[in-house]
Amino acid sequence: MENKLVVSPSPHIHGGDSIPKNMYGVLIALIPAFLVSIYVFRMDAVIITLFSVLFCVGFEYLITKFILKKEPTIRDGSAILTGVLLAFNLPSNLPLWILAIGALAAIGIGKMSFGGLGNNIFNPALVGRIFLLISFPAQMTTWPVPATAATDAVTSATVLANLKFNPDNLPSLTHMFLGIEGGSLGEISALALLLGLGYLLWKKIITWHIPTAILGTVVIFSGILYLINPIPQHNPLIHLFSGGLMLGAVFMATDYVTSPLTKKGMLIYGFFIGIITMCIRLWGAYPEGMSFAIVLMNGFTPLINYYTTPKRFGEVRKNG
Amino acid sequence: MLKTFRIGGIHPKANKLSAGKAIQSIEIPHEVSIPLAQHIGAPSQPVVKKGDKVKVGTLIGKSVGFVSANIHSSVSGTVKKIDKVVDVSGYRRDAVIISVEGDEWEDSIDRSETLINECTLSQKEIIDKIAASGIVGMGGATFPTHVKLMPPPGTKAEVLIINGVECEPYLTSDHQLMMEKTEEILVGTTLLMKALNVSKAIIGIENNKRDAIAKFSQLASFYPGISIQPLKERYPQGGEKQLIDALIRRQVPSGALPIAVGAVVQNVGTTFAVYEAVQKNKPLFERIVTVTGEEVNNPCNIRSRIGIPLQVLIDFAGGLPQNTGKIISGGPMMGKAVAYTDIPVTKGTSGILIIPSSKAKRKTPKDCIRCAKCVQVCPMGLNPTLLMNLSEYAVWDRAEKNYITDCIECGSCSYTCPANRPLLDYIRLGKGKVMAIMKARKN
Repeated sequence: MENKLVVSPSPHIHGGDSIPKNMYGVLIALIPAFLVSIYVFRMDAVIITLFSVLFCVGFEYLITKFILKKEPTIRDGSAILTGVLLAFNLPSNLPLWILAIGALAAIGIGKMSFGGLGNNIFNPALVGRIFLLISFPAQMTTWPVPATAATDAVTSATVLANLKFNPDNLPSLTHMFLGIEGGSLGEISALALLLGLGYLLWKKIITWHIPTAILGTVVIFSGILYLINPIPQHNPLIHLFSGGLMLGAVFMATDYVTSPLTKKGMLIYGFFIGIITMCIRLWGAYPEGMSFAIVLMNGFTPLINYYTTPKRFGEVRKNG
Repeated sequence: MLKTFRIGGIHPKANKLSAGKAIQSIEIPHEVSIPLAQHIGAPSQPVVKKGDKVKVGTLIGKSVGFVSANIHSSVSGTVKKIDKVVDVSGYRRDAVIISVEGDEWEDSIDRSETLINECTLSQKEIIDKIAASGIVGMGGATFPTHVKLMPPPGTKAEVLIINGVECEPYLTSDHQLMMEKTEEILVGTTLLMKALNVSKAIIGIENNKRDAIAKFSQLASFYPGISIQPLKERYPQGGEKQLIDALIRRQVPSGALPIAVGAVVQNVGTTFAVYEAVQKNKPLFERIVTVTGEEVNNPCNIRSRIGIPLQVLIDFAGGLPQNTGKIISGGPMMGKAVAYTDIPVTKGTSGILIIPSSKAKRKTPKDCIRCAKCVQVCPMGLNPTLLMNLSEYAVWDRAEKNYITDCIECGSCSYTCPANRPLLDYIRLGKGKVMAIMKARKN
């Protein structure tokens, strides 16, 4: 008996949290957005999401097994999550061979080249999306008309593209909020994404800091412009409910690996994502700048971590 | 909203299996080993030799230096030898081994159960009596109590805080003591107030011990200056700095002692020992020990003499379960895993926790996913994942600048980590290293 006792340093119990629990938690939070995408884009949404997951998991399996020669890590759920998030950032009519290239860029370049989960600098799904956006600009910006719309047209522009080039042709704010609009698969419904945010906060998978900083910055930034000059391009609500802002703020920018560690750092990171997004939306060549903003700030994350420290115990000596 | 500390913290499952179990005494075995190093500071010097007769309460080890404590015999009998014995630290250290003969107590000890309220002793006389009785912090830190009662020059105690938090899961020894010795603890509190010359004392009790809160609240009105404060359940609220923050909203600065914010903290077990020492002339030679664990037949609270082997207490609780994988002296968050069951109970043994083999081993660590959960739970506001990396790669200067020495080793980071990383193992290592470097620089 005696020689079988385990002797290890404290603590001797663990809270039971695990990487898969967090990954599957995020996937659960994405369910409302997925349902809306099925409602709006029908089977296309299912096909793109399914194949994106298959490609991502498959590439991760092949790379870990045959190139890195390590134990495959696909069970931790992170490749599935990358697959879903990549799909949610793509138009529902994207050819599958392009999707495969995007998945390879996301997993191969974005994640495994750095050493796998935990070591990557940039959000893998966004690496995939940006890779495709630059490589296949036409296919990546041709959006199918919502299946719910009463029109014969096959493709349409997104709200943000209209805002930039054709501001008289905008859907109502209610439609934008609910997600009855053109756009990438999972980004369209602000309501569904906010439900997901509620779940993530409730399960303590993320904290409020990053989403609040991003959305707050965008609202205040555009709000000030709107007060000066009330044109649709400056309307804070249109900015809030359109494009990839909500998806990015809730699910992409909050990616553990590529976002800062401290609350202060998270607020700084979110603030700059909001600023960069608005600058690209208002004055850039692209109608939408969320993914560029997040990836840019991913790059600054190590620096933010270096210069921000958590609020230490005893820093405030007496405050009532 | 119940009060609690303001930074970090976790809420592990309480698992108080032995809650409400009356304190039971156990039979004394035929031999006990009383370690001479049971406290923080210099080990005491033995004042008995082989063949000497001792009674219960006889001084057998004398404190040496300022931070040290007396040791008394917990049994009557003959000193068999002074020899090295493996203690809870895992090292072989000096202990007085006594063959037990009967149970004869020193005549000076008042063995009656009568509550003695009155105390005519002066401040200095109380402190001297506490020092003579070998009382140390019984929450686990085992810092000599009389030293805490003598604030260094230039500082002044304003409030006495009595720690009835018992935030470690499984442990119930303090809880049961509070239920059975409520008035004694209140008298002990007034004695400590007198020793510190303060007019205010707060007893902090976590809200999962409602019966204790009710009992104390009912009786505290008879003791001027003492108030009872229920606290929200949160670990590590029993940590000195966290408890002060929770109760009086003051944060002890980095590297400073609680007296820097005018507070002195004493555990309820210590407070009871103070009562017994001052009012009953009884030195510290026994304590309450919780023996517990999911597979233990009869989780219980035992009054054990110092020096009795853990095995005797485990047998009393129904014996060691077949599938035992780990035995912990103390609680699951900060206790020490022991390799043998014949190590003796000491002044700091608050509990014995038996963990089945299925839960004894840690899971394999994965790469850090930088989820920042360790940063969120650290009650000292540190960055555990950074400190772990700095320790792993021996970057001591940055570890020092990031306040590695502030770590209270509560284990909240390792407990929380979804990647099962051994954060505290590395931080503990780095903390020791940085403290040694800082000490060398001073000299």
